[in-house]
Amino acid sequence: MNWLDTLRTGWEAVRTHRLRSLLTVVGILIGIASVILTIGFGQGAQAEVRAQIGALGSNLLIVTPGSSTDAAGLRGGSGSATTLTLDDADVLASAEVAPDVAGVAPVSGGPQSLSAGDVNWTATVNGTTPSWVEVRNRSLGSGRFLTDQDLENEAAVMVLGPDTAGELFGLRDPVGQTVMAGGAAFTVVGVLDSVGSSSSADEDDLALVPATTASSRLAAGSASVSTIYVEAASAGRLSAAYQEVDAALATAHGLTAADEADYTISTQESLVETATETDRTLTILLAGIAGISLVVGGIGVMNIMLVSVTERIREIGLRKALGATPAVIRRQFLLEASVLGLAGGLLGAGLGILGAELLPRLIDQPVEVSVPATVGAIAMALGIGVGFGVYPAGRAARLAPIDALRSE
Amino acid sequence: MTGVVLQLDAVGKSYRTGTLRVDALRGIDLGIGVGEYVAIMGPSGSGKSTLMHILGCLDTPTSGTYRLVGVDVGELTEDELAEVRNRLVGFVFQQFNLLAHLTALRNVELPLAYAGVPGDERRRRALAALDRVGLSDRVGHRPRELSGGQQQRVAIARALVTDPALILADEPTGNLDSRSTRDVLALFDELHDQGRTLVLITHEEEVAARAQRVLRIHDGGLRVPAQAVRR
Repeated sequence: MNWLDTLRTGWEAVRTHRLRSLLTVVGILIGIASVILTIGFGQGAQAEVRAQIGALGSNLLIVTPGSSTDAAGLRGGSGSATTLTLDDADVLASAEVAPDVAGVAPVSGGPQSLSAGDVNWTATVNGTTPSWVEVRNRSLGSGRFLTDQDLENEAAVMVLGPDTAGELFGLRDPVGQTVMAGGAAFTVVGVLDSVGSSSSADEDDLALVPATTASSRLAAGSASVSTIYVEAASAGRLSAAYQEVDAALATAHGLTAADEADYTISTQESLVETATETDRTLTILLAGIAGISLVVGGIGVMNIMLVSVTERIREIGLRKALGATPAVIRRQFLLEASVLGLAGGLLGAGLGILGAELLPRLIDQPVEVSVPATVGAIAMALGIGVGFGVYPAGRAARLAPIDALRSE
Repeated sequence: MTGVVLQLDAVGKSYRTGTLRVDALRGIDLGIGVGEYVAIMGPSGSGKSTLMHILGCLDTPTSGTYRLVGVDVGELTEDELAEVRNRLVGFVFQQFNLLAHLTALRNVELPLAYAGVPGDERRRRALAALDRVGLSDRVGHRPRELSGGQQQRVAIARALVTDPALILADEPTGNLDSRSTRDVLALFDELHDQGRTLVLITHEEEVAARAQRVLRIHDGGLRVPAQAVRR
């Protein structure tokens, strides 16, 4: 009996016991689909993190204040100090001090209650400089961004994020309208384009005012900033820019030793690494759980094949009486198990890919189907069919034809 | 008699159940020649099924020798036994033992598939065998779409298709009504007339009466008539 005949026989047996075969296939199918989906989720999350960090602005350095120590010697956490100022930003913007820096955008501020007419909304209000829009890689949906003149004049002007504009003005055009913040009236001059929300902060729900205006009207004279975004001239000059920023800040703050640094400089790369590492751990964990469900599916196949052997003892006996050798019988049952495994694998992959297509529309979470993971999962399903089919197939092959025929 | 199909010398078969030894067969001496039509009769428990299983190489004797077409079956491996069953023996069972999910044609093709006969020749020979038993118009039917008599004729076609040296029928009419029984027995008569060697196991006298020679088995031993009964 050749392989084609054996395959046909296996397929006929699978078809004859439709419901049983279907249930077995479903067990494998769920395992495979969940492996593909969990790995897809993990990869989707990694890609999203990478995209979000990339959207922060290319070649970005992020300078944040270090920890603070108050008069009583009580030390605050990282970022609690108020050691970064607008002056620091000016120093970094100087082409002489930092030739590899293309743009500097200091940011200060926090949540403020905004109101337009009788509508109010609380959003992050940041004071910054005109270079922010370029450093942060953003664009304007309508109107204009802050200008040097606004900065110089401490102008009461404001640029809104698209979500903030929507909350305050609905579908009306906000440009030219007035928004009250911290007891002062601001004229809206522009609205940003949307970039979507990141996991850490909503980049679309914010308001920007000139740094000078923020310090005089919203922060009562404070010149400290919470973050300075520094854009390197190119990706290749990022580390040069890092050195220059570090040196310039050390000089400006009168520091002599590295461990006195009252600021932290982080790069996108370190952020990406951390985020990716976290996601990878999660993916491995989820894939492990999905793998367990695959093993359960495999045991299901073995169970079904054992039942199938018991139920078909007469058939096995007859086949042996007609001249089937033990090897042929073993091959038939092994092939049946493989057909079940492979069918589960292919259908599971189909379901996984379909899920990857549909789920992001329902839960706003990207799923990236990995080709090697899909191929691997199908191969694994086939392997499970064969692996867990070996024992039942061996039992079927060892049956003595006479005992097999006698059983009722 | 032009030749010997099978030869049993002092064949015995015993089973062990715990400490108890059961002798199902003891000291059977039997020779069956080419073209003979032999019926084996005996009450249930007499050992006739065991004898039939040994004749069909479904089981091996625990003592004595059994030669089928000159080959000592006791010396064969399991794979060789499978080949002997495939090429030399055609089985007809009381329960028909057709595979329910296959058509009559596929059921008849089955032994040829195990023999490695290529597809088109397989089909040709299976159709010829079905024609031989008068079921040319039923080749595409599945067993449940056939009457008991028709199913048994499919089973006979399956036994014939490999052109075996010996056709073994175990109570072939046990599950059939009287009309189907007549049809099947008439078919056996025809096969015998064509020179086939038939061994039939039955407990019905009128069925056994059709055979050339009747062997009676009792308590695992043969009570051989002095002379073969000629029709």
